[in-house]
Formats: sequence, C-alpha cells, structure tokens
Amino acid sequence: MSEMIVVFAVWVAHGTLALAMIFAMARMMRGPRAQDRVLGLDTLYVNSMLQLLVFGIRTGSTFYFEAALIIGVLGFVATAALAKFLMRGEVIE
Amino acid sequence: MSMPHAADLPLWAAILVAAFLVIGAGLTLIGSFGFWRLRSFYDRVHAPTLGTSWGTGGIVFASMIYFTVLELRPVVHEILIGIFVTVTMPVTLMLLARAAIYRDRAEQNPDVPVMEPARARLEEASTGSETGSRLQNGI
Repeated sequence: MSEMIVVFAVWVAHGTLALAMIFAMARMMRGPRAQDRVLGLDTLYVNSMLQLLVFGIRTGSTFYFEAALIIGVLGFVATAALAKFLMRGEVIE
Repeated sequence: MSMPHAADLPLWAAILVAAFLVIGAGLTLIGSFGFWRLRSFYDRVHAPTLGTSWGTGGIVFASMIYFTVLELRPVVHEILIGIFVTVTMPVTLMLLARAAIYRDRAEQNPDVPVMEPARARLEEASTGSETGSRLQNGI
C-alpha cells in the first residue's frame, strides 16, 4: 500500500517537473532578450536539480544528492557570471 | 516501475512523502508556467522563485522524511541544498534584474523606472506646489 502511494507520487512528480522543464526551455528558446534566456537557463538548472532529488527517492540511493548539490552550485555560479557579462560585457575585469 | 525498498515504509510516512513530493513539484510547475506566460521581463523574474522556495523545500522535505524513516537514523544532509538554493537565488535574481534594467536604460527603452526615485521626488517637492500635486498622484 505505502509502496503504491510513493510510486504514484514519484511518477507524478517526475512528470510535473518534466513539464516545468519544458516551459523553462520554451522561454529559453523564445527569448526575446538575453536576460530572458539566462533566467530560463537558471530555471532549467533548478528544475533538473529537483528532478535528480526525485530520482534519488525513486532509486533509494543517496548518490544523486551530490549530483543535485553540484548542479545547484554550478547554476548559481553560471547565472551570476552571465548576469555580470550582460551588465559589463566581460566577466572578469 | 516498482520500488521494493519503499514497501517497509509506514503508511503515515508514505502519505507525508507523497504529499510533499506532489506539492513541491506542483509549485515548481506553477512557477515555470508563470515564467513562460508572464509578459515583461520584470514580471517574469518573480515567477521562478516559487520553484526555488517551496518547490525545493517540499522535495527536500520529502527526501529527508523518506530516507530518515527508511534508514532508521536522521538523514538531514538534503537541507544543504535547501539552504544553498534559498540563500543564493535572491542574489542571482537581483543581479539579473539589475543587469536587465541597466541594459534597458542604456537603450533608452520606455517602461523602465527612473534612475533614483527618492532623489527625483525630493527635487520635485522642493520646486513648487505645481509638482506637489503630481507627487500626490504618485508620479
């Protein structure tokens, strides 16, 4: 019984997060400006991080936690660097 | 499709995990849908925060409850992700919004707030009563 509930919730979460990733990717493709694309990439990062956490619950292993943490850190650094680039035209002055 | 390790989960924990999972994923979807749907960039920059606040929170809570109950010991390292995302996301969005407003001003786009609103209002107020009424109208 409890297995069925968790399996159902995990698949619902997978599908919902995949749909969210599709929306973020659609905005990233459409633009219209560079800051929209950067924000779309950031949203995509966060959504894929959550997707990995759900994957960890599904397989019952804690290894996916590290991958999710790395994706979170990289997403922050990448978005900060891209925002700096949009503002100044270069990342390191 | 099956998760055999979830079979020895008590029912209350399964319901709690399922509820947190569905709530977190649903809020993330609402945030991403708003990001796709809203009209201007300054509207859109608010939408993904749904996914980074309670979207992440819900799924992190679900993962913590699941592994804590399953391994019969406290498993709380997922809270790192929650703390990190909650702390860094405002910084990122603030940087991005400032970059966007800088670019819009450089191109002299309309629909962008004035440079220093507080100072502009002070100067308007000191120049006479005619602008005082404009101040009351919120200009």
